[in-house]
Amino acid sequence: MAAIELRRAAAVPVAPRLERRLGRLPLHLVIVVICALWLLPSVGLLVSSFRPPQLVATTGWWTAFHPPFEFTLQNYRQVLSTYNMGTSFVNSLLIAVPATVIPLLIAAYAAYAFAWMRFPGRQGLFLVVVGLLVVPLQTTFIPVLHLFVQLGLAGTFLGIWLAHTGYGLPLAIYLLRNFIGELPKDMFESALIDGAGHWTMFFRLVLPTSVAALASLAIFQFLWVWNDLLVALIYLGGQPSVAPVTVTISNLTNSLGQGWQLLTAAAFISMALPLAVFFGLQRYFASGLLAGSVKG
Amino acid sequence: MARVVLDRVTKKFGEVAAVNDVSLTVFDREFLVLVGPSGCGKSTILRLVAGLEDVSSGEIRVGDGLVNDVAPKDRDIAMVFQNYALYPHMSVFDNLAFSLKLRRVPKQQIRQRVQQTAATLGLEGLLERKPKQLSGGQRQRVALGRAIVREPQVFLMDEPLSNLDAQLRVQTRAELIKLHRRLEATVIYVTHDQVEAMTMGSRIAVMRDGVLQQMDTPTGLYDRPANMFVAGFIGSPSMNFLSGRLERHNGSLQVTAGDLVLDLPPERAAGADSANTQEVVVGVRPEDVQPAASLVPNGHRPINASVDVVEHMGNEKFVYLSLANASLVARIDVSCPASAGENLPVVVDAGKIHLFHPATEEAIF
Repeated sequence: MAAIELRRAAAVPVAPRLERRLGRLPLHLVIVVICALWLLPSVGLLVSSFRPPQLVATTGWWTAFHPPFEFTLQNYRQVLSTYNMGTSFVNSLLIAVPATVIPLLIAAYAAYAFAWMRFPGRQGLFLVVVGLLVVPLQTTFIPVLHLFVQLGLAGTFLGIWLAHTGYGLPLAIYLLRNFIGELPKDMFESALIDGAGHWTMFFRLVLPTSVAALASLAIFQFLWVWNDLLVALIYLGGQPSVAPVTVTISNLTNSLGQGWQLLTAAAFISMALPLAVFFGLQRYFASGLLAGSVKG
Repeated sequence: MARVVLDRVTKKFGEVAAVNDVSLTVFDREFLVLVGPSGCGKSTILRLVAGLEDVSSGEIRVGDGLVNDVAPKDRDIAMVFQNYALYPHMSVFDNLAFSLKLRRVPKQQIRQRVQQTAATLGLEGLLERKPKQLSGGQRQRVALGRAIVREPQVFLMDEPLSNLDAQLRVQTRAELIKLHRRLEATVIYVTHDQVEAMTMGSRIAVMRDGVLQQMDTPTGLYDRPANMFVAGFIGSPSMNFLSGRLERHNGSLQVTAGDLVLDLPPERAAGADSANTQEVVVGVRPEDVQPAASLVPNGHRPINASVDVVEHMGNEKFVYLSLANASLVARIDVSCPASAGENLPVVVDAGKIHLFHPATEEAIF
């Protein structure tokens, strides 16, 4: 694709090409300005997190680009060792990964069943699932927590996995059903004749062809769980041994209100992983995995 | 290989009968073409045989066994879909090998059979490619290969050529015929294209509104259509239909349609007598309408017609004619002079006309 674009560009004579570039200049300028505005707080946060405490307290982060360049890793060291960020980071991972994988797997099974299996009550059940999308999660806190306390799940990872699974499932099922339902019917019928059962179709056809949809959903669910403070506070409480980064940072803002350099370092630690996840999976958004299956 | 029998098969979707009381037998190693306009139930029949739909009533047999309640994978059939239905994330090799893997065929044997199939279809160099890296014709061959590699008893093909461009379609048509001969397989082939049906089928079954109209060899259908629908559907340009009357005149039976007066040959008159009707529909194939000058009169009375449109096909011409109160298409030799706006006296070969009952549309002969 890129090669074709290049060749096409090369074929255009220089003058019109220049003209076209200039014509797009205002557009590009506006986009760059918007991006810069959008990124500015994050860049400030990143820069501050590498500056010594006394400089953070006395000067703005943009002055860091003047000599003398004074940067340090001390903030990160301190935050990770003394303020529980290291444990919290691991906790966040322990919460977010299963809380992404479990609902996604269940949703994919359910979506396949809703889309391609014939069973009585299919439409009604699907409507109920879609209906759950409009239930605000705040209304569920008291009854669910009550239940969790009775079952001994309050304050445990299993409890919060289940909670996030429940909150994430309706949207995941809804989106995946639409995607999986759009897969070509011929492909399933062909597989049926080839000798595939539902199990084989799900693992050998649906999962590989739905990678794009699964990846984008995984990103959403992961970010939502990773950034979640409310659900974690409710079901895990404030114990440091199980607290994720969000809970720890919110505690840090109370205890270290003036320690900006530490807060920014902590904040950046919490941002680093979502950024990595996003950039790692974003290629799946673009890839057209279905191309070539059927004529079109 | 095996024969396929449909015995009084009906398939209803809600109240609508997509297939209505169809009985037909596909002989062992036969190439049967199901043809008809869209919505006539031909694809539904294929899907019933494949097991993708359940019959509402009736029996389907593949080989010697009743397959009504047999799962598609156990019917020993393979199907080629109109849209190819390749597995997009698998290479050509894996597409071909998929069904064999599911059947737990030993790896060595899978490799051998896939390579053999690929060689048959000229896919050897493409085995590592993904479907999206193939052209339409190549995808079509992979879809075909996926069916062949299974070595099934019966091949089902659902308009497999309709997505190819015209030239490739003609070429693939010939390849399919050769392939059928080589595989000695039973094939049921669905198409809406009567040219495809005529050129490929050992026999053709014509469907309309879920009802089997007629099943015969291509020549049989062309020469002895059972009703007006078959007569009009098979052949291009279509048969001409004129409403006429049967009259007895000086002892011989005549059919009159406007200006057209034809003496029926004695051997056909008997058939017309038994029809018990005076009103008839006269069917005339375009090639049985010829300029008066080019045909020995032989008792045919020329009629006056004016030429509306002439279509040049290269080796022949289609001439659209206006009579006093009817119109006719004639297929004439390219050397015959005919141009729009002119008068052209034509004769109709009375020995080759068809008569249909106007109410039932059934053929009288």
